[in-house]
Amino acid sequence: MIYFDKVTKRYDGNGPALEDITLSVAPKEFVSIVGHSGAGKTTLLKLLLAEERPTAGSVFFESIDVNDLPSSALHHYRRKIGMVFQDFRLIPNKTAYENIAFAMEAAGRSDDEIRSDVPYILELVNLGDKTKHFPDQLSGGEKQRIAIGRAIINQPDLIVADEPTGNLDPINTYEIVEILKKINQLGTTIIITTHNKGVVDAIGKRVVTIDRGRLVRDDADGKYIL
Amino acid sequence: MNWMVIKRVLASGGKNFARGGAVSAATVLIMTVTLAIIGSLIFLSALLTYTLTIISEKVDVSVYFVTTASEGDIFAVRDQLQKLPQVASVNYTSASDALAAFRTRHANDQLTLQALNELGGNPLDASLEIRAKNPSDYESIVSFLEASPALSVGGTSIVDRVNYAQNKDVIDRLTLAIKATREIGFAVVILFALASILIAFATVRLAIYTSKDEIAVMRLVGASNAYIQGPFIITGVITGIIAALLVLLLLWPATWYAGTKTADWFGGFNVATYYADNFANVFFILIGSGILLGAIASVFAIRKYLKI
Repeated sequence: MIYFDKVTKRYDGNGPALEDITLSVAPKEFVSIVGHSGAGKTTLLKLLLAEERPTAGSVFFESIDVNDLPSSALHHYRRKIGMVFQDFRLIPNKTAYENIAFAMEAAGRSDDEIRSDVPYILELVNLGDKTKHFPDQLSGGEKQRIAIGRAIINQPDLIVADEPTGNLDPINTYEIVEILKKINQLGTTIIITTHNKGVVDAIGKRVVTIDRGRLVRDDADGKYIL
Repeated sequence: MNWMVIKRVLASGGKNFARGGAVSAATVLIMTVTLAIIGSLIFLSALLTYTLTIISEKVDVSVYFVTTASEGDIFAVRDQLQKLPQVASVNYTSASDALAAFRTRHANDQLTLQALNELGGNPLDASLEIRAKNPSDYESIVSFLEASPALSVGGTSIVDRVNYAQNKDVIDRLTLAIKATREIGFAVVILFALASILIAFATVRLAIYTSKDEIAVMRLVGASNAYIQGPFIITGVITGIIAALLVLLLLWPATWYAGTKTADWFGGFNVATYYADNFANVFFILIGSGILLGAIASVFAIRKYLKI
């Protein structure tokens, strides 16, 4: 489904952020990418989302070479991927309901679909009673659950979560991991980056370790080892 | 864009404005100042035109005819003059009208009236007062008169004198002053309009800058550039319309106050009357400027955040 082919990324004047990464992810997999801060985890995701372009090598999503996509086609491509970030990145002047509905609106879904799907997703992430709350009226865990709701609302093929529990307390972290596991069980591929040992061990699936821009381990049923 | 998308863009733009709070209020305020300047420039330009017209109307050239010239000959000259495209009006003053006006003017000056009576008869000439559409046209009108065969009857000129030569200096200076005033006035109007437009642009830019993270998120969840841009343009347009309505409202008391204080000083030009008479024009100029400013400023401001 996803294939990084000898990907290297260098930023101007610095050493490589990623070097010669070759990695493939199969459909319905749950992959944890672990590594110290600055190891290159986020860069790897940015390349997949076409936010950055590789200095060398290619990134494939299904049969598409992501870097060949013209900028006018990027938004179509990004609709196939649901994204969750450490800092939630909710739209501050939209309510919980509107934040989730926005992803559907952007994908051109009808008002009827939005009216039926958004409340369902809000219930799924246990926020059915906070539909009219703005992000600054929600706790960190609640914000992240809204972000997950937004990521899954369009039933994407892939969810990419960049340090989704980085700003959360242990209880909220546990809840988020459980939600992600449930989404994966329903058939969605998930790639998560983290440096939280508890998260990786709780997921108990494939673990890819990156250190100083290089892929150093790839364990099918891995634990957090650095 | 289909209707569903347009509806969503409109609704989202409206909500963004309503929820913008202090940022929306500040943008409206700055836009109000900008449009107030544009509004003042409309009045300034009208005042300038009015004043220059009044001054131009004070200038004329008179042709005095010899006392022996018949009314028929003078009317022939008048008819020819009226056909000239440069001529705005031609007024005939007969010798007896001139005498009556002279007597009225000097009603309290017994010495002059006595001298007039001593002369016997009417020593004053009949005359034509010519008013040109443009002060710079007097020269060509006078040249026409000098070359016209209608001015001589039986080889003798029926013209006693034309006061153009005496007035020429004043007319030339006035023509130059009017031209310079128009040009400077126009430059000032353009300069102020540009400055105020730039201020409005900078403010809208700042308002959109506060949303740059939001724009990045919209791009990442797969919104197209047009779908991201649309609501910001609508917010800009709403800002422009509200600011324009505020200015239109504030102009009523402002012009009323300015009108009562300055009408005499401006030679009869009353800004309040002008505003009432030209409300539709001012309304469309200000609303149009508000919409254009808001929309164009938003398009320019957001463009840099939509690049990859």
